[in-house]
Amino acid sequence: MMSLYPLLIIAVVLFVILNLAAGLIWVERRLLALWQDRYGPNRVGPFGLGQVLADSVKLFTKEDWIPPFADRAVFVLAPGIIVATALLSFAVVPFAPGFVVADLNIGLLFLLAMSSLGVYSVVLAGWASNNKYSLLGGIRASAQMLSYEVFMGLSLLGVVILAGSFRLTDIVEAQRKVWFVIPQFAGFVLFLIAGVAETRRLPFDLAEAESELIAGFHSEYSGMKFGMFFVGEYIGVTLISAAIALLYFGGWLGPILPSALWFAIKTLAFICLFILLRAGLPRPRFDQLMLWGWKYLLPLSLLNLLVTGAVVLALS
Amino acid sequence: MMATALVADQELRQELGPEAVPQTTCDGIPTFWLPAGEIRNAVRLLRNAVPQPFRMLYDLTAIDERGRRFRDGQPSRDFTVVYHLFSYERNAYVRLKVALESDNLKVPSVVDIYPVANWYEREVWDMFGISFEGHPHLARILMPRSWQGHPLRKDHPARATEMGPYRLPDEKLDAEQEALRFRPEEWGMSRGREDSDFLFLNVGPQHPGTHGVLRIVLELDGEEIVNAVPDIGFHHRGAEKMGERQTWHTYIPYTDRVDYLGGVMNNLAYLTAFEKIAGITVPPRGQMIRVMLAELFRIISHLVWYGTFAQDVGQMSPVFYTFNDREKAFGIVEAVCGARMHPNWFRIGGVAQDLPAGWDRMLRDFVDYLPSRLDEYDRTVIRNKLFQARTKGVGQCTIEEAIDWGMTGPNLRACGFAWDFRKKQSYACYEQLDFDIPTGKCGDCFDRAVVHVEEMRQSLRIIRQCIDNMPGGPCNAEHPLTTPPPKARTMHDIETLINHFLGVSWGPVTPPGEALGAIEATKGNNGYYLISDGGNGSYRTRIRTPSFAHMQMLPLLCRGLMIPDLLAILGSLDYVLADIDR
Repeated sequence: MMSLYPLLIIAVVLFVILNLAAGLIWVERRLLALWQDRYGPNRVGPFGLGQVLADSVKLFTKEDWIPPFADRAVFVLAPGIIVATALLSFAVVPFAPGFVVADLNIGLLFLLAMSSLGVYSVVLAGWASNNKYSLLGGIRASAQMLSYEVFMGLSLLGVVILAGSFRLTDIVEAQRKVWFVIPQFAGFVLFLIAGVAETRRLPFDLAEAESELIAGFHSEYSGMKFGMFFVGEYIGVTLISAAIALLYFGGWLGPILPSALWFAIKTLAFICLFILLRAGLPRPRFDQLMLWGWKYLLPLSLLNLLVTGAVVLALS
Repeated sequence: MMATALVADQELRQELGPEAVPQTTCDGIPTFWLPAGEIRNAVRLLRNAVPQPFRMLYDLTAIDERGRRFRDGQPSRDFTVVYHLFSYERNAYVRLKVALESDNLKVPSVVDIYPVANWYEREVWDMFGISFEGHPHLARILMPRSWQGHPLRKDHPARATEMGPYRLPDEKLDAEQEALRFRPEEWGMSRGREDSDFLFLNVGPQHPGTHGVLRIVLELDGEEIVNAVPDIGFHHRGAEKMGERQTWHTYIPYTDRVDYLGGVMNNLAYLTAFEKIAGITVPPRGQMIRVMLAELFRIISHLVWYGTFAQDVGQMSPVFYTFNDREKAFGIVEAVCGARMHPNWFRIGGVAQDLPAGWDRMLRDFVDYLPSRLDEYDRTVIRNKLFQARTKGVGQCTIEEAIDWGMTGPNLRACGFAWDFRKKQSYACYEQLDFDIPTGKCGDCFDRAVVHVEEMRQSLRIIRQCIDNMPGGPCNAEHPLTTPPPKARTMHDIETLINHFLGVSWGPVTPPGEALGAIEATKGNNGYYLISDGGNGSYRTRIRTPSFAHMQMLPLLCRGLMIPDLLAILGSLDYVLADIDR
């Protein structure tokens, strides 16, 4: 019986995440529509909820075309990577006390590592498509990841110093008195920026940049392979939102309501923020993005780390 | 007015020397015939040496004269090449003409004097087969490279039915495919530097950032643009050729579709030219209705530009807001004209119908509604720091460059040059209206955006004045050449009856003459150069569009920048493909 419990958790996590990712497509389309003075999908089922199902059926039944000029093996592999790494990251995410697939003592590092691996998917897809637009998208993605990964990790170290642990459950427990967003506000802002960049969504969707690169790295993808990128993106958004909730907003902590619900509410709030960003902001240029990353955000995150360390040292 | 024109005429005639033979035209623009050998000297003289020089080559086109009946005092040759020059200091045009024989269709090129002549000369070569000696790259521009014949010649068929069924046997398919093969050298591009190879990227003809079927071949070093060559003509529908087939009246709906975002603005340009030939004066009410609707269409066009430009720099939402507002404006257009994008509403001598009851309330609601929306877009777009980072300092040009390359309209004003044809060469009833000319400072994408936005506010001002001061009286001129012609006295005297019958059944039989009607359209100076040969339709219809000149400037604006900048520049230039290709 004891050995079945982890399997049950895995099953529940997988079920929730995959359904959430699909459901988010509807949420995003409806929310964007709300902010853009239009209706969005409202025809299939109540509130257009059936749209999710209709979209999935469409994606599964569409012709899955592999261009003859593409590098076949890599082309097929690429969309799998993004979904796999994003799902694997959820292994260390605690949804509620004790409800976690693997409570690793290096949980945070694992999460960072997995989400970094995700960029392989984009780069390989861009390369394997053998299309100039895709290639440009892939190159942009790799450069963007390189520069934003660096301070993403650094911005999180403030939290690690305060909590004294890389284990995510410990980090959440350490926020019983005060959420880390208050002592680590700069770190939170930096992580938020890096997080948006990590998910490659507007204003950091340079790898895709539909008005410039048509669809960037996934221009040549169709059918369910395209669907995998789509789902992978939404899992990524969920993951970063969950990470923000865990690291800065006390994860499942909160009064009255069950802890898992608190966690869900916080995560959803950040998902909505992601969508709002997409509705509101233009896209910076590639070189501007790099410039901000290296010149401002990296020094800022180092400074944040330094100050946090000094304060903790002084108080102890 | 006439006297000063005559003085200018005399003075120019002296400058140009005894070789120049003057011609009188309906529009009062000094017109001179020159021998082909003299044209370069004359053009150079007018651009560089005369006081208050003619710095802009406004238009360059040709006429196939082989079917002409009435041309008193003009050389009886087969082809004419026509140069329109414009002087901002004189605020005047001058027209130069060169007559050519069929067996010797050669003129020296003026590309080295006016860089903007490049595309115009290519177009004349494409359409008429007149070659320009010394042109750096005299290739077809609007028609496919494999096209046989020169479409605007009178012996080239105008209808598909005259051309026989289209067949594509394998050999032809292969030849067409071969003609499409991309060789950088043919486009004036090199394959690489000594240390690196260039990447050639086709932006378009199907690309979300080009706003239509436009192809831009990019020569890239990494993401940096080494060179960009626009490939146009995908939207070419032979609007000028159709002008020769339609009557004066039935051509009006075709004009709607040239700058298809400008609606009646195109009607206005066309009719301004035609009414000069026919000598029609539109009554005040007709003028003001025209101006009011034209300004409404300026707003409509700028709203499309606003939203799509924001989208080009990656902002997703504004396009929905501006299209919603445009929808409101279309509601008014629909109530007045019955149609939306292409109302085909102006008529020779006025407009199709008087304004409907309640028009002023609808318009007043709109001019009250839009300003707060524009303020909101200022906050979301213009004042957005990311938007500014994307547009400031991108795609700059100086006033001199802009004039050299024939830039007009909001794009020219963005360089800091307060020139608006509505004020400087007032037409319709603009001289009675109070409005400002917004300008920018450095002519970059951001300034172009600011000028466009401010123009919408000025247009609202104009519309408000039109609502408050709409004159009474008839909206159509009492003139036999108007369409439909006045009918009131047809049953009283035979002359009116005949005129009416001809005007309705044939179209207005117009005395021979030629005129240029140029207006400040939504995107810049839009001019119709019409030639009447005494028939019920045009002998030659030349449409000078702003977008054509703006697109030619693209390589200059985007060299050394990156791909996202190219899209920002394209968005800010505010062009329409049909306005480029016609």
